[in-house]
Amino acid sequence: MSLDVLGITVLWIFLYGYLIVASIDFGAGFFAFYGKLTGKDHIINALISRYLSPVWEVTNVFFVFFFVGIVGFFPDTAYYFGTALLIPGSIALILLAVRGSFYAFGNYGSKDNIIFLFLYGSTGLLIPASLSTVLTISEGGFLEESGGKVIFLAKELFSSFYSWSVVLLAIVSVLFISAAFLTYYADRAADVEARGVLRKFMLSWSGPTILASLLIFISLKGHNPVHFENALNYWWMFALSLFFFFVATYLVYRKRNYGTAFIAVMLQFFFAFFGYGVSHLPYIIYPFITIQESVVNPTMGTALVIVFIAGLFLLIPSLLLLMKLFLFDAEYIKGKK
Amino acid sequence: MPELDNVMLSRMLTGMTLIFHIIFATIGVGIPVMISIAEFLGIRRKDPYYTLLARRWARGFTITVAVGVVTGTIIGMQLSMLWPSFMRVAGQVIALPLFMETFAFFFEAIFLGIYLYTWDRFKKPIYHWLLTIPIMIGSSASALFITTVNAFMNTPQGFDLVDGKTVNIDPIAAMFNPATPSKVFHVITSAYATSAFVLAAIAAVSYLLGRRGVYQAKALRLTIVSALIFSLGTALAGDISAKFLAEHQPEKLAAAEWHFETEKGADLLLYGILDENNEVKHAIRIPKALSFLAGNSFDTEVIGLNDFPEDEHPPLWVHYMFDLMVTIGMYMVAVPGIFILMWRVKKWNEFNKPLLWAVAAGGPLAMLAIEFGWIYAEVGRQPWILRGYMKVADAATHGEGVGLAFALFAILYLILAILTVVVLLKMFKRNPAEAEFEERYGEGTAK
Ligand code: HDD
Ligand code: HEM
Ligand code: HEM
Repeated sequence: MSLDVLGITVLWIFLYGYLIVASIDFGAGFFAFYGKLTGKDHIINALISRYLSPVWEVTNVFFVFFFVGIVGFFPDTAYYFGTALLIPGSIALILLAVRGSFYAFGNYGSKDNIIFLFLYGSTGLLIPASLSTVLTISEGGFLEESGGKVIFLAKELFSSFYSWSVVLLAIVSVLFISAAFLTYYADRAADVEARGVLRKFMLSWSGPTILASLLIFISLKGHNPVHFENALNYWWMFALSLFFFFVATYLVYRKRNYGTAFIAVMLQFFFAFFGYGVSHLPYIIYPFITIQESVVNPTMGTALVIVFIAGLFLLIPSLLLLMKLFLFDAEYIKGKK
Repeated sequence: MPELDNVMLSRMLTGMTLIFHIIFATIGVGIPVMISIAEFLGIRRKDPYYTLLARRWARGFTITVAVGVVTGTIIGMQLSMLWPSFMRVAGQVIALPLFMETFAFFFEAIFLGIYLYTWDRFKKPIYHWLLTIPIMIGSSASALFITTVNAFMNTPQGFDLVDGKTVNIDPIAAMFNPATPSKVFHVITSAYATSAFVLAAIAAVSYLLGRRGVYQAKALRLTIVSALIFSLGTALAGDISAKFLAEHQPEKLAAAEWHFETEKGADLLLYGILDENNEVKHAIRIPKALSFLAGNSFDTEVIGLNDFPEDEHPPLWVHYMFDLMVTIGMYMVAVPGIFILMWRVKKWNEFNKPLLWAVAAGGPLAMLAIEFGWIYAEVGRQPWILRGYMKVADAATHGEGVGLAFALFAILYLILAILTVVVLLKMFKRNPAEAEFEERYGEGTAK
């Protein structure tokens, strides 16, 4: 595998990792707030906090890994995005900051403060919306280069049908993934009441998820026909994605195998995300930057790959330990430890 | 007044974010060490007071870590957004330690998550203590890696610049540049020292407020002894840093010392003012001490600012930053020294009011020394962003809205600062140490 493909694959895998763990976190924040509003907080909030408390910082590192990795592997991308996205980027950062710190303030400090919970819940939906626009911008049509400057065409972005359908997909997917995971978690905790509430969430967000995905396809055809054509070449990946969606929804509907159902959700997004990614290539930012042109020099690239592999040897066992203690330890999940 | 163009605004925003981040980063590097020491003592001496110390510090730490993480995430992205041309070069040459840093973060975050939620889950308490090791490694390693990047900005090496393109890249040489050893040593020791002092200050304040139990006394003694050791390390590392500067970055040392003419037997100046002819007035002069600081001998030749072109002189006000840092450094050795002396000599009482006030002041002062030190190091690098290769003025973004971003982040940091303090105060007021001790370890022993 050449360095550019290897680099983008590594980054894409971590972005996928972030997509899953962050969605669980973002959605959980929303459900916690919603639970408080509808008086169901005593049912689900303790469960949610038991999962989130030990892992939220790890979730954030996935994100940091991605943007540090992209500066390392594809320095030119950072240059383009950095120049163009100062304001939107700053807003996304402020939302992330509000969310992370208010989670800590609310959870370890002033328990059950409704304002902290509101900010925590609402940023959970705003952040995916704003982060997803970076992917939208990479489709082309929203950046202009003139006289050595990169200009971001905000008006075009806000009036684009495609851009809004991406935002919609981002939000509903977050809720869907999160609900699927929490249903499984509640099941492990043998918390029938919470499971019932979360299972309904999961089922009610399944329809919108699939509709929003279809909408993306339709609007992508209008926005970037080249990418759309490319995506059709990988139709089987999207078909697999759809298949796993049906598996997951069916299992949850029949109230069985919640664990398998969540794995199916992960596979659903895995195939859709990689289908999207591979058909996007060779462009990182259409039509300015391709992976071949922007890849870092081979010396640095090799060094990064070596460090990456060494890092995985540390990371994977540690992550497994974390999961063993907080995800697969039924006693902990039940709140007995 | 310099005009508020993109360069100026980008510098202000970068500086503001870093000045805010470093408070929490310093705590993030140092407190795990203190927690680890306390928990270890608790297990070794079977003394629940130390265990309770570790527990309570860890609980407060959850709040500061969160702010450290979010501000760190901000500065990480801001570097690309505000200094895109710099990061383009940096990405080619110095991405390696930045990338390694993310693994250090992973390591720290994972084990911190486990540590905080497994206090009573292990059969043997020592297993829980073992978790502090990867946390300390993770946070100190992240300080190490990011400091190599900053060291690289001061003494870049490991590449050649040909027609604006970087060639002959050697990531290892870039990482282990001449500034790395002294900088890393000084940054890490000062983070440990400052954290110990902050904790000592908290204990001193609660003692002064009338909580005079065994808990506070033990906390004070432990933190003061640690503070002395780490402060001595900091001073040693500072001395090494000065010698590094004299050899590799003489203009920075010269600016800090208002040292214009290259000479042997140079005097050390403390404070004072500089008049319009660059004459120093009202300064305390220590004969030949600068030469000693620069090279361990009273007749070392110290290069002066006049050997450098005028437009490469750093701003001269960094002199005060340097002096304040060094003064606080002396203070941080003296106060714990006196405390320990009074503790050892039986007829003296180390818990006297003036001394406790001095300890209490030491916490904020130590944090100020960190800020002064960094401002000195960063402003003293001006006008370079990559010394000798790229000037700050050529590296800033051309994008719009830096001023707006500055305002937004200023508001954010203000709110975060206030809430951090409020939440921490609430957390510990609601649950005083004595009450928690009774609740966990039963009757009688507290007080
Ligand atoms: C508790 C904080 C603290 C204390 C007491 C001191 N320092 Fe310091 N100093 C720092 C915290 C710090 C720092 C924040 O860690 C800096 C900023 C950049 C760096 O590398 O370390 C620094 C930078 C710094 C530099 C510039 C290094 C460079 O740019 O490469 C020098 C020469 C010194 N220090 C010297 C000293 C001396 C002689 C001290 C006498 C006791 C001293 N420092 C005390
Ligand atoms: C965390 C402690 C740090 C503090 C408090 C700090 C402080 C500052 C300040 C005050 C400035 C503005 C200087 C001026 O404009 O005159 C600045 C600039 C800058 N710093 Fe640091 N700094 C820190 C660490 C670092 C590190 C580790 C890096 C490397 C990754 C770094 C990279 C930069 C860059 C790129 C600039 C902008 C260019 C410039 O003004 O020279 N800083 N910093
Ligand atoms: C020498 C000065 C610095 C030190 C000692 C330092 C140390 C730390 C530490 C210990 C943390 C973990 C949070 C905590 O435990 O409180 C942290 C967070 C972070 N820092 Fe800094 N930092 C410094 C400067 C910088 C700079 C210049 C950058 C930008 C490249 C940066 C990027 C980050 C990021 C991205 C995080 C968040 C990591 C996460 O998600 O866990 N830091 N820093």
